[in-house]
Amino acid sequence: MVLLLQYMLLFASVLALVALGGCFSEHSGVINLGLEGVMVIGALGGALVLKYMPAGSPAALIVILTVIGAVICGALYSSLLGIAAIKFNADQTLVGTAMNMLATAVASVLVKAINLSEDSSNTSSVVTYIENKPALTLRIGDFEFNWFMLLALLAVIGAYILLYKTKFGLRLMACGENPQAADSVGINVYKMRWAGVLLSGVLGGLGGIAYITAGSSWTFETGVAGYGFLALAVMIFGQWKPQRIILAALLFGFFRALGSVYSGIDWLAAMNIPSTIYNLMPYIISLVVLMFSSRNSAAPKSEGIPYDKGSR
Amino acid sequence: MKNKKSFMENPAVQGILSALICIVIGVLIGYIVLLVINPAEAGTGIMAIMKNFFNYPIGKIGMKYFGSTLVKTAPLIMCALSICFCYKVGLFNIGAAGQYVVGAGVSLYTALAWGLPWYLCIILAGLGGALSGLLIGVLKAFLNVNEVISGIMLNWISLYCVNMLLTGVKEPSSPYTLPLTGHGNAGLIPSLGLSTLFNNDKVTIAIPLSILFAILVWVILDKTKFGYELKATGYNKNAAKYAGMKEKKNIIIALAIGGALAAIGASFLYLSGIENWEVGRSSVPGMGFNGIAATFLGALNPIGSIFSSFFIQHITDGAVFLDKTAFPSQIPDLITAIIIYLCGFMGFIKMLLAGKKKNKAAPSAETKQEGGKQ
Repeated sequence: MVLLLQYMLLFASVLALVALGGCFSEHSGVINLGLEGVMVIGALGGALVLKYMPAGSPAALIVILTVIGAVICGALYSSLLGIAAIKFNADQTLVGTAMNMLATAVASVLVKAINLSEDSSNTSSVVTYIENKPALTLRIGDFEFNWFMLLALLAVIGAYILLYKTKFGLRLMACGENPQAADSVGINVYKMRWAGVLLSGVLGGLGGIAYITAGSSWTFETGVAGYGFLALAVMIFGQWKPQRIILAALLFGFFRALGSVYSGIDWLAAMNIPSTIYNLMPYIISLVVLMFSSRNSAAPKSEGIPYDKGSR
Repeated sequence: MKNKKSFMENPAVQGILSALICIVIGVLIGYIVLLVINPAEAGTGIMAIMKNFFNYPIGKIGMKYFGSTLVKTAPLIMCALSICFCYKVGLFNIGAAGQYVVGAGVSLYTALAWGLPWYLCIILAGLGGALSGLLIGVLKAFLNVNEVISGIMLNWISLYCVNMLLTGVKEPSSPYTLPLTGHGNAGLIPSLGLSTLFNNDKVTIAIPLSILFAILVWVILDKTKFGYELKATGYNKNAAKYAGMKEKKNIIIALAIGGALAAIGASFLYLSGIENWEVGRSSVPGMGFNGIAATFLGALNPIGSIFSSFFIQHITDGAVFLDKTAFPSQIPDLITAIIIYLCGFMGFIKMLLAGKKKNKAAPSAETKQEGGKQ
C-alpha cells in the first residue's frame, strides 16, 4: 500500500506540474499542445545532467542542477511555440503537434549520437543515470520520498498565489479572457503571452524530468507516452484552477499507480485482470472525465486566438 | 509585369512555393544536424536520404524499391486525406493515427481469423475507423470535448485494444501477426499486373486506389453542395448554423469520413503483406502523424497531398540507406517534424511571396487579409 501511495504521489506530481504549465499558457491565451514535447526535452536536459554529474557529488547539488537543466531546456523549447504563435500568428494546434514530433526526434537523434560516440555498437536511445538517481529520493521508512513531490506542491501553492493574488497573475488572465480590453488599459499582451508560454515550458520541463526519474534509465525513442496530453485532461478537469488541478492530478495519479503496483496487492492480483486493462485505465478515465467536464468549461475565452491589435 | 504579379498571387503557386521553401529549410537543418554529428559523412548521409531508391541502379532493383516506397505512400496519402478533410471543417484530426491503428487491427483480423476477401476487409476496416471518428465527433459536437485531446486518448486506447485483438492471430514463435500468404490469401489486395511492372509482389492496386480517393475527396470538397457546407462550417460555425446548415451533423460526419479514410489507409498497407503487426508494440505508428505533415505540406489540397505524401515517405524510407554506425536513424523524422513546424509559418511565407511582387505604392489590403486569416 505504501508503494501505491508512493507511485500515486509521484505520478500526480508529474501531472500537476505539467497541468499547471498548461494552465499558465492557456490563461495567457495560448494553447500549448506541445507540452508533451516540452516534457521530452525537459526530461532530456535533466537526464543528461544526471548522467554527466560525477558520481558522489553532493545530493543537493545534483537535485538543483538537474532541476535547472530540465527547466532551462523546457523553457527554451517552449519558445518555439512562443515565436510561432505569438510573433507569427501560426496555427497553435499545428505548431504544438509539430513540437511533439520534433521533441521525440531531436531527443532520439541527440541521445543516439551521444551513445554512438561513446560506443559505435550502441545504437539505442537509452540514457542511464542509475548512479545519481538516489540523490533525487529520500527514504522514509518504506516510503521513497521524491523531491519532485515537494516541488509539485510548491508549484501548486505558488501558482495559486501568482494567479489570484498578484498583479501579474490578474493581468495574465486578462490577456486570455479579453486581450483587446487588457491592451486598452496598457497591458502588453505579447509580453504577457510570452510569460505564460515560458512558464508552461518551465513547469513542463520539470514534469518531464519528474516523469522519467521514476526509473533509473529512459528510452527517449518512446517520448513520454501521451502524458503531456493526460496533463491537459487534468487541467480541463481542474477547470484551469490550481487548487482543483492538484485534486484532479491525484485522481489520475491513483489510477496510473494501480497499473504499476497491482500485482503486489493481493486482492487486485487475485482478480486476474490483464495488465492491458490497467495500461488503458488512465486514457479511458480521462476520456470519461472530459465528457463530463468539457461542456460547461471555464476555459479562458480567447485561448487559441492569435492576438491582432487591429481586430475587434 | 502584370502577368508575373497575378502568377505570384495564384494560391496554387503560392502553396507550391511555400511548401518548397519549407522543404528546403527542413532538409537544410537536417543536413546541419548531420554535419554536427559527423562532418565527414554528412554529405553522403543527406544524399542517401534524399536519393532513397535511387541508391540502387535504375532498372529492376531500383523499380523494386521504388515500388516499396509507393506501397507505403498509399496509406500516407489516405492519412493525409483524413486530416485534410477534417481540417476543412475546422477540426484537427490527430486521431487519424488511432483510426489507422483500428484499420490495421480490423483488416488483419478479418483477413486472418475469418478469411474474408480483401474488399470486405477494407470495407470493415473503414467502418471501424469511421466508428472511432464518429466517437470523437459526437464528443466534440455534443459535449464540447477538444478533438485533439480525445483523439490522443483514443490513439492509445486503440493501440492497446488492437494489440489484444491481434494477439489471437499472431505467430506462435514471434511477436508478429501471421503472414497473410498462407493464412489469409483472400485478404491480399490483387495487383492486376502492377507487381510485374515494379518487379515487386507487394505493389497492388492500393496505390491507384489511394489516388482515386484523393480525387474523390477533392471532388466532394470542391464540387458538391455537401463539401461547400462542410467548408462553411469550418470557416464560421455560427454563420453556417444561421444559414440553416446542421453544424453538429457536419462535424460528426466529417470526423467519421476522416476516420474511415485513415483506417482504409492502414488496410492498404497491411493487406499488401509488406508488414506484419507487432502485437507488443508500445507506440502508435507514425503514419498518422506523418499524415499531418503531408496534409499541410500539400497546402491542404487533396491533390497536393499525393505529392507531399510521396516526398515524406521518400525521405522516411531513405533512412534505411543511412550508415547506422555513423548516424541515428531518426534523421528523417527530424526533417519531417521541422517541416511541419515550418508549415505553421506558411501564412507568413505566403504573405511575403505575395508582398514581394507588389508595388510600394500599394501596401496591400490583400496582404493584410492573408495575414488576418491565419
